[in-house]
Amino acid sequence: MDNSAKNKKLYQEMVKKASPNSHIIKDCVKAFVIGGIICCIGQFITNYLKELGLTQNDTGIYTSSVLIFLASLLTGLGLYGKLGKFAGAGSIVPITGFSNSVTSPAIEFKKEGFITGLGAKIFIVAGPVILYGVLTSVVVGIIYYFIK
Amino acid sequence: MAKHIGKQSIKFEKKISVTSTASTVGTKEGEGPLGKYFDVILKDAVDGETSWEKAESKIVQDNLNLAVKKAGLSMDDIEYIFSGDLLNQGTGSTYGIRNLNRPFFGLYGACSTFGESMCLASIMIESGGASKVLIGASSHFCAAEKQFRFPLGLGTQRPLTSTWTVTGDGAAVLCKNGNPPYIVGMTTGKIVDFGITDANNMGAAMAAAAADIIMTNLKDFNISPDYYDLIITGDLGYVGKELTIELLKKENIDISNNYTDCGIEIYDKNTQDTHSGGSGCACSAVTFSSYFYNKMKKGELNRILFIPTGALMSSTSVQQGESIPGIAHAVILENFPKGDS
Amino acid sequence: MDYLYAFLVGGGICVIGQILIDKTKLTSARILVLFVVLGCILGGLGIYQPLVNFAGAGATVPLPGFGNTLAKGVIEEVDRCGLLGVLTGGLKASAAGITSAIVFAFLAALIFNPKEK
Repeated sequence: MDNSAKNKKLYQEMVKKASPNSHIIKDCVKAFVIGGIICCIGQFITNYLKELGLTQNDTGIYTSSVLIFLASLLTGLGLYGKLGKFAGAGSIVPITGFSNSVTSPAIEFKKEGFITGLGAKIFIVAGPVILYGVLTSVVVGIIYYFIK
Repeated sequence: MAKHIGKQSIKFEKKISVTSTASTVGTKEGEGPLGKYFDVILKDAVDGETSWEKAESKIVQDNLNLAVKKAGLSMDDIEYIFSGDLLNQGTGSTYGIRNLNRPFFGLYGACSTFGESMCLASIMIESGGASKVLIGASSHFCAAEKQFRFPLGLGTQRPLTSTWTVTGDGAAVLCKNGNPPYIVGMTTGKIVDFGITDANNMGAAMAAAAADIIMTNLKDFNISPDYYDLIITGDLGYVGKELTIELLKKENIDISNNYTDCGIEIYDKNTQDTHSGGSGCACSAVTFSSYFYNKMKKGELNRILFIPTGALMSSTSVQQGESIPGIAHAVILENFPKGDS
Repeated sequence: MDYLYAFLVGGGICVIGQILIDKTKLTSARILVLFVVLGCILGGLGIYQPLVNFAGAGATVPLPGFGNTLAKGVIEEVDRCGLLGVLTGGLKASAAGITSAIVFAFLAALIFNPKEK
């Protein structure tokens, strides 16, 4: 096969044509419904806690923690992966997806030990989220400090 | 002695018999369309071990033993083992054969490993260096996902171009003389890289290598595609198969009538949710060791071109933005070599 | 009514993520990073809080909400203790979320073994 630059480019075209695209409409509907439901569960917990008389700030924290717990449990039972396969971004984008991305490597890599396996690899997916989230917050803080 | 033919091919003169084969697969493969052809179908992916990796090695050990037993030999009769897998440093094979106590060549050709094993073992026999050689290749879905992609519990969607790594081990005993089918020739692949960077589209990364090796094989032996009852690639899947046919069409070679891919045969696309098909070292290894070997034994196929295909990237190379190099090795298998019908 | 808004906004944010996955082939890890960073920027600009007031959990549960928490935290701390707040605000506000994720993940790893798909 002639692997000249021109031929490579032609091949990229061929690949594009031969590769099936994701069913984006169907995927979006599923993501919308499951994402919406997870948020409603969050809303339900929030409303319930508010009725118990918790402050606005505390309800937020408790709601996140409960959702994180539920997602960890479902991940351990092997169910969150199945949900993710169905829902795509619908179960990745909510805070439950963050929890899943911490719990799944913790479980997967515990065979390599508690320090070098679980310990070192627990943030293999979520680490960048915390890193770049915190960095952005520092930038936001600095800008706010100087313009306020 | 073996004859170098054309650019990249060898024609064997001794009778190199595929005396026996053995195939062990996971549950998903067992539930697939080839289920009844496999020797052993595991109940689960850990197979009584404590990790995916240990399970893969156990599958290797058990399946190699089975292949030897089916050849009517004992492990002591085997002069060399050629085997490989997808795990880092080839530990799937090395831990699998550490108790077998036989001379060993560990190979890495990604999913083309079974073809590589077959080629090198044939050369070993042809050279007179051995008369009984054991070959194999293995992969494990869970271990491969863990190494190359994400933890299994992570809730992600697999793109439609992605393939499903076959869990299992395929093995064969090659002997000087013995019963058909025979390995009569081979064409060694070179690395072909057409610049594909999408690790979720391995079929596309390997199709160019497959097309290249088919073209070279036909040219070197001066034959046309219909010389073969069937041309069988390793794990290109639906996307890669279509691309291979198209690439060859551009060279005025039409293989659309007698061409299939192990990755397409091994799963049912509609019910098993495997998207583009099967992949992994075990894909071509178990499909050949069960289904196609059986068809040759029955005489339903008498001459095939078997082409395990491999994508030679690592998670590091993909993260560094490198494109994915493909390779493919072609092996000619016949029931009636010339002057023997 | 708050459920309807939570559903529509929360689902809507997920759809944006899905379009990114399908169209750009971004992996889930990148989607998570992108959304938290975006949420943090929008929070810093004061654009995200109105959405939270409108949609409740529909805006706080998706990851941009997590980014918004980081931004809100850092702004509050800067107000309270000046420049030092830049360093303490973000993680302080998100401490509960990160710590719960660590604790529950660790417990899950103690109890469960990896499962095949």
